[in-house]
Amino acid sequence: MVEIEEQVQPSAPGRKTPPKLKSHGPDSLVGILAKIILLGIVDAVAAFVLFQLILTGEWLIFGISLVTTVIINWIYLRRGGLPAKYLAPGVIFLLVFQVFVMGFSTYIAFTNYGDGHNSTKADAIASIQLSASERVPDSPQFPTTVLEKDGTFFLLVTDPDGTVKLGGADLPLETVTPSSTGPSGAATGVEGYTSLDFATLLQHQQAITTLSVPISANPQDGALKTADGSTSYVYTPKLKYDAATDTFTDTTTGVVYSDNGQGSFVAPDGSALNTGWKVNVGLDNFKRAFTDPNLQGPLLQVIAWTFGFAILSVATTFALGLFLAITFNKADLKGKKFYRILMILPYAFPAFLSGLVWSGLLNPEFGFINNAILGGADIPWLTDPTLAKISVLIVNLWLGYPYMFLVCTGALQSLPEEVDEAARMDGASVWKIFTAIKLPLLLVSLAPLLISSFAFNFNNFNVIYMLTGGGPRFDDTTFDIGSTDILITMVYKIAFGTGTGRDYGLASALAILIFIIVAVVSGLSFKKTKALEDLN
Amino acid sequence: MSTSTTTSTSLTPAAPSVNKRGFGHWFKAKGWRHVVGIIATAFSIFPLLYVLSAALNPTGTMAGASTLFTEIGFGNFEELFANQERPFGRWFVNTLVIGTITSVATVFLGALAAYAFSRMRFKGRRFGLLTLLLLQMFPQLLTVVAIFLLLNFLGDIIPAIGLGSQLGLIMVYLGGALGVNTYLMYGFFNTVPASLDESARIDGASHVQVFFKIILPLVTPILAVVGLLVFIGISSEFVIASVVLTDPESQTLAVGLYSYVAQQRSENWGVFAAGAVLAAIPVMALFLFLQRYITSGLTAGGVKG
Repeated sequence: MVEIEEQVQPSAPGRKTPPKLKSHGPDSLVGILAKIILLGIVDAVAAFVLFQLILTGEWLIFGISLVTTVIINWIYLRRGGLPAKYLAPGVIFLLVFQVFVMGFSTYIAFTNYGDGHNSTKADAIASIQLSASERVPDSPQFPTTVLEKDGTFFLLVTDPDGTVKLGGADLPLETVTPSSTGPSGAATGVEGYTSLDFATLLQHQQAITTLSVPISANPQDGALKTADGSTSYVYTPKLKYDAATDTFTDTTTGVVYSDNGQGSFVAPDGSALNTGWKVNVGLDNFKRAFTDPNLQGPLLQVIAWTFGFAILSVATTFALGLFLAITFNKADLKGKKFYRILMILPYAFPAFLSGLVWSGLLNPEFGFINNAILGGADIPWLTDPTLAKISVLIVNLWLGYPYMFLVCTGALQSLPEEVDEAARMDGASVWKIFTAIKLPLLLVSLAPLLISSFAFNFNNFNVIYMLTGGGPRFDDTTFDIGSTDILITMVYKIAFGTGTGRDYGLASALAILIFIIVAVVSGLSFKKTKALEDLN
Repeated sequence: MSTSTTTSTSLTPAAPSVNKRGFGHWFKAKGWRHVVGIIATAFSIFPLLYVLSAALNPTGTMAGASTLFTEIGFGNFEELFANQERPFGRWFVNTLVIGTITSVATVFLGALAAYAFSRMRFKGRRFGLLTLLLLQMFPQLLTVVAIFLLLNFLGDIIPAIGLGSQLGLIMVYLGGALGVNTYLMYGFFNTVPASLDESARIDGASHVQVFFKIILPLVTPILAVVGLLVFIGISSEFVIASVVLTDPESQTLAVGLYSYVAQQRSENWGVFAAGAVLAAIPVMALFLFLQRYITSGLTAGGVKG
């Protein structure tokens, strides 16, 4: 690697250009060995992954992985391209877990991905056939033993004709030789499996009663289910799938469900089967967010509060931090260090705990503030929409002002003293010096920080989620969102919350909305500051 | 109080500084600062005292925690470690492991990149720096849905990094390794004179040796600051960890402690407070220990923008 001199010479304007180097030593043996070993490990892992991808038939991902592996090898094995060698490790992670997932979010935002729509159509059809089943009226009884292997349950049944069969959720019935039989002649055990005793049966009751063992590979043939762990009956699909017309027919009522083109089977009266599949829905998620009456009003309120929260958080923390920085910016003040250490403690306290601890302080019923400080008052700090917003701001002020205090102290101390003196000579008042000279200077140097603080608070998930959980809930929507929810907590609750079911598509659409807002706001504000000009 | 008049103040420049003015003057010059200081410190520490008191309060409920330090007992701590379904000890270890690996790896990846940006001139360098600056505006938690689905998919191919795996979580965190950290380091790397590298290279050092033996030892303070900030950040990270780590055995403190109070907040309050105190102590100790470095790092990174 003798080629690197050229790149290593810093040649940017404003930086002293050192004389060109003509030579340097060759790579050490250790260096070469380390390189070979590291690259070997990477390639071994890559080979394993590529092999797995071939087995699963994910050809697109296989192609991408193969190209990535080749590029990595090319970067490190070729001569030259030294910067790439240093940048590649971080950039690879950045590309996968930051850039790619951003693109992936965008893709999800245009689908109906979520509970009930998380797989392909074929999977959905198979799942519908299995889930909606009913007991065949004249089904024979199958004496049954429940078996367990590696945490999965299986049914061991004895046919009325004496054949012994074994099957599981993913394993259609197959004939086996029993290792033990009970007094009635029914099989009770098979080599390699554990037969469950009664106590264990009770323990796993739910898993066992929902276990459905297909009789054959064709779901239309039905499945065996047991309600008590000792007898099974044949269940057949309540809904019959007709591949020719691509419809499901309810065998009892005769209602026909057909593909509505949006990932569901729908009956003429509009009711849909629970299990659907993933399809692209275009801009539907965005349209829904802004037109669905169940969502539109709350969403607009959430957006307004997200801005309000972020702006007020920056304003209050900066004001208090600056005020304290000025107060303690006095060299001969006694106990300055003592105050300083104690004041910045909230900054050192883990952020996720702060919201939880404050939720105890502010709890209307049992909280310390109502009970101890206010002598048994009944102020609904967290349950009244307005007070909850104020509480959130107070807690965020507590969390955020130490940072602003530190930053403002640093900025104040870097202000040139002469300016101050000159203004004083000219007879300017203290207040005048502050507003006309110091504050503008401070704002210039702190503007980029205030913008980042805004961007951070715009997505300040922890304080909101831990303190109020977004509540108190809006009463004009079925979604679990409330007056202190900001966009990111709303995204999280829609995607992973309990209650309304997971809706990844809608959640991603809202995340894209945040992307756009953050991009516009920071684009506009950075344009006005000099932050980007300093980069060289 | 007599000492107060010996110094002239910046706030009252017109005041003659020689004669004694008594309490009024002292208050105007300094006393009010102490008042502000006392109020600010009270605001800062009383929630912390409250949680400590709640942890030591044997009643263990939120209502019982309303009296500060009236009773002292360690029942909450015993209960915290006795709970089998919520293995606090495991959470603690998990947090330390995930936090340490992530911060060490982040520092290393970030330092590599900062070295390249600071010491080499190449095509796309300014573009790269700008891109990093822009990307850090979009925190990873915005893409939590995509991350969840991606890990769900990866888990089918390589179970070791799928949903529920700590390794997978660490890899996700490393996606944010370049970003604001690289910036802090880049600024600091630039303060190391390039002539040092040059002389080392004249003496025959390779670029790798310059990096490990010249640059890294000189920038240790910023490495410590970045590592610590990452550690603190990761140990508080809830969103992604809560989605990825599903099994209580593998969870971190943030996810686990939240589960304590997610449903029955006031009943479990004492045990939660005990866990909170134990979770906070190492982070706060580390912070106070390295306080000076952190402050200088913050102001350096911040003020220079």
